Amino acid sequence: MDKIEEKELWPEEKSLMKAEISRRKFITSATLAALGLAMTPYATLAAAPSNKPVNFASFVEINTTINGQNMKMKLDPRTSLLDLLREQLGLTGSKKGCNQGACGACTVHMGKDRINSCLTLAAQIDGKEVTTIEGIGSETEFHPIQVAFMEHDGYQCGYCTPGQIMSAIKVLEEDHAGSDAEIREWMSGNICRCGAYKGIVEAVKSVRDETYDKKLIKRTQQKVS
Amino acid sequence: MNPFQYSKAKSADAAINGYMEHDNTAYLAGGTNLVDRIRRDVTHPDYLIDVSELPFSKIEKIEGGLRLGAMASNSDTADDENVKNDYPIVSEAILLGATDQLRNKATNGGNLMQRTRCSYYMSPHFACNKREPGSGCDAIDGHNRILSVLGTSEKCIASYPSDMCTALAALDAVVQIQTPNGGKRSLPLVDFRRLPGDSPEIDTNLKEGELITSIDLPESSKAFAKASHYLKVRDRHSYAFALVSVAAALVMENNMIKDARMALGSVAAKPWRDQEAEAMFIGKKPSRELFEKIAEKTMEGAKGYGENDFKIELGKRAIVKAFMKVAGLS
Repeated sequence: MDKIEEKELWPEEKSLMKAEISRRKFITSATLAALGLAMTPYATLAAAPSNKPVNFASFVEINTTINGQNMKMKLDPRTSLLDLLREQLGLTGSKKGCNQGACGACTVHMGKDRINSCLTLAAQIDGKEVTTIEGIGSETEFHPIQVAFMEHDGYQCGYCTPGQIMSAIKVLEEDHAGSDAEIREWMSGNICRCGAYKGIVEAVKSVRDETYDKKLIKRTQQKVS
Repeated sequence: MNPFQYSKAKSADAAINGYMEHDNTAYLAGGTNLVDRIRRDVTHPDYLIDVSELPFSKIEKIEGGLRLGAMASNSDTADDENVKNDYPIVSEAILLGATDQLRNKATNGGNLMQRTRCSYYMSPHFACNKREPGSGCDAIDGHNRILSVLGTSEKCIASYPSDMCTALAALDAVVQIQTPNGGKRSLPLVDFRRLPGDSPEIDTNLKEGELITSIDLPESSKAFAKASHYLKVRDRHSYAFALVSVAAALVMENNMIKDARMALGSVAAKPWRDQEAEAMFIGKKPSRELFEKIAEKTMEGAKGYGENDFKIELGKRAIVKAFMKVAGLS
C-alpha cells in the first residue's frame, strides 16, 4: 500500500492525495473503494471550520407558532428548523437522519403542508405555524395513526416513526391512501431502515378504513416528566 | 456552515436592490437545494435574500396562456386544475420528482436554479470546474453513471436533473425575469440553462441580480394535452433522480402526426430539445420504425464517459417507449 501507481486510482483518490489528506484517511477511502462501497465523497468529510466569527448583530428575529404556542426568538440565521426544535426548544421527537432531505425522519407540518425541517431555515418559519410529533394527539389521547402504528408494528427501532406519522397524517388528509401502491408512493419520502413498510401501509389503511382499535386511543401510561 | 446574513424581501425591487448592494449574495426560495449546498460547503454566500414571500405564488390564466408564479410551490403547481387539464405532462413530471415534503417547499423559480447532482460538484474535496473554475473535472474519469452524454465539454459533464423543467421545455415555456434596472425581459425556458462549454460555473443565462417572476406556458401548447406522456427511468420506483427522462407530446390529425415535441432530461446540462429530430415526426404515420429512426438521430452526437455509456442506448429506448405510449401503440 506504500506505493500506488497513479493510473490505478480513481480521480477522487488522486484528489485526496493532491489535497495531502493524511495517509490514514486516504487508506480508509482506498479501502472503501476496494470494497466496492460507493464513495459518496461528501458524506465522509466534515466541512473545514470557518475563520469568520458569527456576528450576533446579524441574528434574525422571528415570531412563530409551534404546537399552538406563540413565541418570539432571535436566531443565528444558519439554524435549521430541525436544530431549533431539537437543540433549543427541547422538542426531540423530530429526528435527524440524513440532514439533507433524503430520509424524512425530520418531517413536520408547516401551515397546511408537511416539509423536511432539516432543509428549512428556522428564519423561514417567521409568521408560520409549525406542528411537530409532540403536537399530535393530546396528553390523554393518541392520534388514531399512532394507535395504528402500534397495532400494526409500523416500526422496529422507532427512529423514523415520528416522521412516518407526520407524513401518514397528511397522506390520509390529502386523500392519497386509495391503494397500497398510492400509499407507498406518497410515503416514499420517509425511509425505514428496519423495513417496516408492510406494517406502515397496514397502519395507514386501518385509519383510512377506521378499523384500528379505538380502545387503544386512551393513553393509560404515566407521563414521563 | 459558514456564517451568512439573512433578510426577507418585502418586494421584488427591494430583493433586487439588496442583491446589488451586497457582495456574494444569493436569493433563497424554498431552500431545498440551496440550504443543502450551503451546509455541505459547496456554496458559501455571505448574504441570503429570502424571496419566498414575494407575490409570485399564483397560478393564473393570462392572455396567451397560463402563468406559473415563480414562488408557487411545485405541489401547488402539480395540483392546479389548469395545469392538469391543459398541460398534463407538467403535473406528471413534477409528481414523479422528489417527495411531497420537498415539493411542498420547492418553488417553480427555484427548480430552474437547481444545480447538478454530480457527486464531485457536491463534494468540496474533489476537483470540479463548476464549483471551482479551473480546478479540473474528476467526474470525466470517475463515477459518472448519472452524468451527461449530450452537450458535454472537456471541462464538465454535469447533468441537470429537473423533471419539471424537462416537461416545461417541451411545451415551449417562457421564463419571465425582472432586471436590476427595473425592467423586464423573457427567455425561452429551453435557452434558460447553458451547456458547460468553457465556463461550466455559469448554469443559466440569468444576469447578476436578475429575479425570476414567473414561467409562462403558451396557449398553443394546449394542443398537446390529449397525447402526451412523461417517462422517467430511474434506479428505484419512487424518489430517485432520473437516469433518463422523456417528455413526449404529439398532435394527431387523420392518423398522421401534425406536430411533435420531445425533450430529454438528465442527459445534458439543460433540458435537451433537438428541433431537427422533432421535424422528422411531422406528416408521418406513427410507428415503432419512425420512433427508432428519430431516437437514433437524437442520440447521434452522444458521447459516453465509461459508467454512463449505457445512457445512450437507454435514451433511445426511452424515446421509443414514450412515443409508442403517446401514439397509443403500446
